[in-house]
Amino acid sequence: MVRTFFGFIGRRGFEFVDVFENFFKEISGLYYLTRSTLYCTFIEPLRGKPNKWRPVWTQMEEVGVKSTTIVFLVSFLIGVILAFQSAHQLSRLGALEFVGALVGVAILRELGPLMTALVMSGRVGAAFTAEMGTMKVSDEVLALETMALNPVKFLITPRFLALLIMLPCLTIMADLMGILGGFLIGVTTLGIDPVTYVNNSLDAMVVKDVVTGLIKSVVFAVIIVMVGSYMAFVIEGGAEMVGQNTRTAVVVSMILVIIADLIFTSLFFFVI
Amino acid sequence: MIQIKNLKKSFGEGDKRITVLEDFSAHMEKGKITAIIGGSGSGKSTVLKHLIGAYRPDSGEIWIDGEEVSQFTGKEINRVRKKFGIMFQSGALFNSLTVEDNVALPMREHTDLNEGTILIMVKMKLEMVGLRGAEHLKPAQLSGGMIKRIALARAIALDPKIVFYDEPSAGLDPISIGVIDKLIMDLSRKMGITSVVVTHEIPSAMRIADKIIMLFKGKIVAEGTPDEIRNSDDPKVIQFIEGSPDGPIPFSKSLTDYGEELKEMSRV
Repeated sequence: MVRTFFGFIGRRGFEFVDVFENFFKEISGLYYLTRSTLYCTFIEPLRGKPNKWRPVWTQMEEVGVKSTTIVFLVSFLIGVILAFQSAHQLSRLGALEFVGALVGVAILRELGPLMTALVMSGRVGAAFTAEMGTMKVSDEVLALETMALNPVKFLITPRFLALLIMLPCLTIMADLMGILGGFLIGVTTLGIDPVTYVNNSLDAMVVKDVVTGLIKSVVFAVIIVMVGSYMAFVIEGGAEMVGQNTRTAVVVSMILVIIADLIFTSLFFFVI
Repeated sequence: MIQIKNLKKSFGEGDKRITVLEDFSAHMEKGKITAIIGGSGSGKSTVLKHLIGAYRPDSGEIWIDGEEVSQFTGKEINRVRKKFGIMFQSGALFNSLTVEDNVALPMREHTDLNEGTILIMVKMKLEMVGLRGAEHLKPAQLSGGMIKRIALARAIALDPKIVFYDEPSAGLDPISIGVIDKLIMDLSRKMGITSVVVTHEIPSAMRIADKIIMLFKGKIVAEGTPDEIRNSDDPKVIQFIEGSPDGPIPFSKSLTDYGEELKEMSRV
């Protein structure tokens, strides 16, 4: 009886250790890939191996320009919803004209960067894992290596640079669209005077809101690219793994994005 | 050109450890075609993966062009890799690039040639494999045989001294196999390229090879010219050449005893 009990504890303990070990293995793998990506992207060009810009342009179009519609739509609707929901609460306090301030600050600080990053981790992170994972499975990555080309530099660097540039751009556009959505609802359905709405919004929003939002979006870009690429590069075997890892990549990058958001919010608004 | 000495490799850990190569030694001469044959799981692809630096041996040495390469890393391994080209079983062409860009890629990345020169060289390579005119197609639009030919054109893009072929004729029709065989022979005879062909296609190996090495369970069971292999009286070699389903190379791949396993199951 006692032996069974301790056996059970022991087994569970070992399983627990196993899970932890795997977790740290993945984290260190992600760390090493990120390090070599940063090296290939920023240090190597200084040592006489310049980056090629053509693949970066292609990727920028792929991840940035083609994502504008969905990012616009999502952030516009978020602005509309936020205006509706806050109007209901604020009107009970007799502060209906502060809807603009609430929507503006919420979008700039949180929802603009966060929603853009979440949409992009679904749209772009998944595409990265699926595309590079298929290349891994069909020996194309091995072919690159045997041609003495660095897969990190060749595959990850263009995507990394593209998202690093495009995610902050998309975030700014998402901010504008969200504020526009709030404004339209505020002045039409809620019947707030446009001048009051704008004045209240501008009073509430500060440059720090925009800057912290953009800093966050840069961090989110790194998370999305690195998780997507790492999940692609660890694929062994066949199509089944590509599907599994694509799903894992989306889930993990969404979770990491939200955790990073939490950390940065507490850093920017409660520590500094 | 290539010398492999006492190569050993095993995978897995503990009691799941499987030895894939046991004491593999071979010498591939300059300008000659060496074929490594053997059934699936005999370790022939593992030999190739060691040669291209994808695996590291547990012990043993690999000499390519006068250098011991098995412990090379980073820059050194890339320097060696520029000396050889590889034609992968699946072709491994980059699906997002056109045929032209695929063949031009090694030149664009490793040489300082201008774009015009590169395009001329791409055309020359494509003419060598008989596919001039396919420059602007994507790999998805090509047939299996054409993909292998383009892969060959890419493998010889930098005029390597050595070309490795991984199952060059797997999954092709007899005519395409003939074409690939002819290309391999032409490259070796006319340009003096050292070729290593990993294959299980016996007729094609007999046709093209100067030397055949037959592997079984990670060990060399026969080695010699095609004629020596053909006239061998080793039952394993005879079975492999004739393709008989049973013989010294067993039909069952299972490692455990069938009866024991059934008894074990009925006990539960």
